[in-house]
Amino acid sequence: MKFMKKLITTSAALMAAAAMLATGPANATDPLKIGFIYVGPIGDHGWSYQHNVGRLEIEQAFGSKVKTSYVETVPEGADAQRVIRRLASSGHGLIFTTSFGYMNPTIKVAKRFPKVHFEHATGFKRSKNVATYSARFYEGRHVVGLIAGKMTKTNILGYVASFPIPEVVRGINATIIAARSVNPKIKIKVIWVSSWFDPGKEADAAKAMIDQGADIIMQHTDSPAPLQVAQKRGVWAVGQASDMAAFGPKAQLTSIIDNWGPYYVARAKAALDGNWKSGDVWGGFKSGMVQLAPYNKAIPADVVAMAEKARKSIINGSVHAFQGPIKDQSGKIVVPAGKRASDGMLLGMNFYVEGVDGSLPK
Amino acid sequence: MIPDWIVLAILTIVTASTPLVFAAIGEVVVEKAGVLNLGIEGMMVMGAISAFAVGVMTEDATLAILAGAIAGAALALIFGVLTLYLMANHVATGLALTLFGLGLSALIGHSYVGKTYPGLPRLDIPGLSDIPVIGPLLFGHDILVYLSILSVILVTWVLTKTRWGLLIRGVGENHDAAHSIGYSVNLIRLACVLFGGAMAGLGGAYLSLAHTPLWVENMTAGRGWIALALVVFGSWRPWRTFFGAYLFGGITIVQLHAQGFGVAIPSQIMSMLPYLATVIVLVFISRDSSRARLSAPACLGRNFHASG
Repeated sequence: MKFMKKLITTSAALMAAAAMLATGPANATDPLKIGFIYVGPIGDHGWSYQHNVGRLEIEQAFGSKVKTSYVETVPEGADAQRVIRRLASSGHGLIFTTSFGYMNPTIKVAKRFPKVHFEHATGFKRSKNVATYSARFYEGRHVVGLIAGKMTKTNILGYVASFPIPEVVRGINATIIAARSVNPKIKIKVIWVSSWFDPGKEADAAKAMIDQGADIIMQHTDSPAPLQVAQKRGVWAVGQASDMAAFGPKAQLTSIIDNWGPYYVARAKAALDGNWKSGDVWGGFKSGMVQLAPYNKAIPADVVAMAEKARKSIINGSVHAFQGPIKDQSGKIVVPAGKRASDGMLLGMNFYVEGVDGSLPK
Repeated sequence: MIPDWIVLAILTIVTASTPLVFAAIGEVVVEKAGVLNLGIEGMMVMGAISAFAVGVMTEDATLAILAGAIAGAALALIFGVLTLYLMANHVATGLALTLFGLGLSALIGHSYVGKTYPGLPRLDIPGLSDIPVIGPLLFGHDILVYLSILSVILVTWVLTKTRWGLLIRGVGENHDAAHSIGYSVNLIRLACVLFGGAMAGLGGAYLSLAHTPLWVENMTAGRGWIALALVVFGSWRPWRTFFGAYLFGGITIVQLHAQGFGVAIPSQIMSMLPYLATVIVLVFISRDSSRARLSAPACLGRNFHASG
């Protein structure tokens, strides 16, 4: 009896020790676990889809050295915090949180897991183990705005917008500034659908604007529904985040593509090499984070040439999407002539520029 | 002259309201028979993915529409067996089936994300559809819109003018009395539940075939719950429910148009408007509380136990 007891306790202790060794600190041969959280389904063919493309590029680049996983359609807020914490506590060394609304949950969880690296997309709060990254989508909007200014016949643009955060407002402003520079008569209508992803509502908003005369539909929402509506109604549209030509081959002028792959591969490499550091990366055309889908064949050659010239000029720095003089809706000069809007102003942009009808919801 | 955009806006309102009409009319019949089906959302979304999948695979609109209805009815069959024969609680079963439908449709739909469907063709009668204003409004819709209106007419006629309708209402008002006369209460209820499921499936099919011809998870976005509320809003009367669906759809579209025109009300308030309008009209209709209570089927939500 006493011997049995000893045998049981000894083997239990041995098993516990073995278990601890098995889940102990990762040694060099363990693959780095990289986690991703998406705000929508990877099938949105837009925002989350592109992040997933980046994740697949990491897998391709590093093969068995990494093990990636993802959780999709995680609502921003308390749910997000739960999911991030679960990823952090299950051995993931690098976690990408891919939506603005994950900012506070990421910071909170990062405090509890100081050894885990976090990368938060499109946010502005950083810490020792939280880096932020974003893409200068507004550079893409500038080129798109130029094309729109030339291609519109009714001089009305329609914009399906999600939430009035600076990133979205930047996009609207960049579009109208560029469009008005080649077509002073152009107007823009903005409808806020209060969601990043709701195909039904996005489609209805696009329909409403087309009914009111818009002949180019742009969006800062994640589904291809507005493009589909544009295709059906025979007007132009611009795809968002990924090349959505499959949903509107005749309608899509071009698409602003988020190209996260190179950045993701670089950060995964840094994590693998052990020299990951927090920071902020805000890349645009130059770093390849923003790309444009092939131009619609129906766009005249001179417009394509103008667009390409603008894109190359942004890359070499001679053109900036927010080059002064820029006035806000009340006529006040917010960026004087000869100057460019600073990153700080861009990050906190909460006003419409001249040329946008309607007022910005708070 | 009526501006172009008003006619176009009305067409959009029809598109937005039709899924609600289908789901709500089906639920009117179900609740008139005394069953409370909270699984509409699950049945709608199963209808949506089934119709879309069949549509993409066969490129046949009729088969796709049928698939949507059958999928909704299949889920309703599970609901019927659980609540009518296994005596499960209506509310809990309905909620469980909604979650089940949402999950199953997401699973099935995984490989259909990113696929496209050409959409349902609009009716195009050479002489009639070209009449300005009236042409597109009356003759320019796709087949499911006409089917939705037909179903309201049919349901009204059956419920009020036929013996079947009397049986259905009888079973919903007093199932013990109906049973004592010799009618199979559960069989009648099951038939109604299947009808309701098929209608919800058609509503979902409309979303994925005509409204936004694509598939994404959870594309019904809560419309099943709105349909449920519309049944109460309409006092279990088919035409009132139809009016409620169009009121809700109408205000949703009008607020989008208002934003497009630059109306200065914050967009968050605009998004609330359809729900607000529905509540206000409901309060107005229910002023006479005794009449309001009389409209609900007396045996709504109560399981039937044959006794004697």
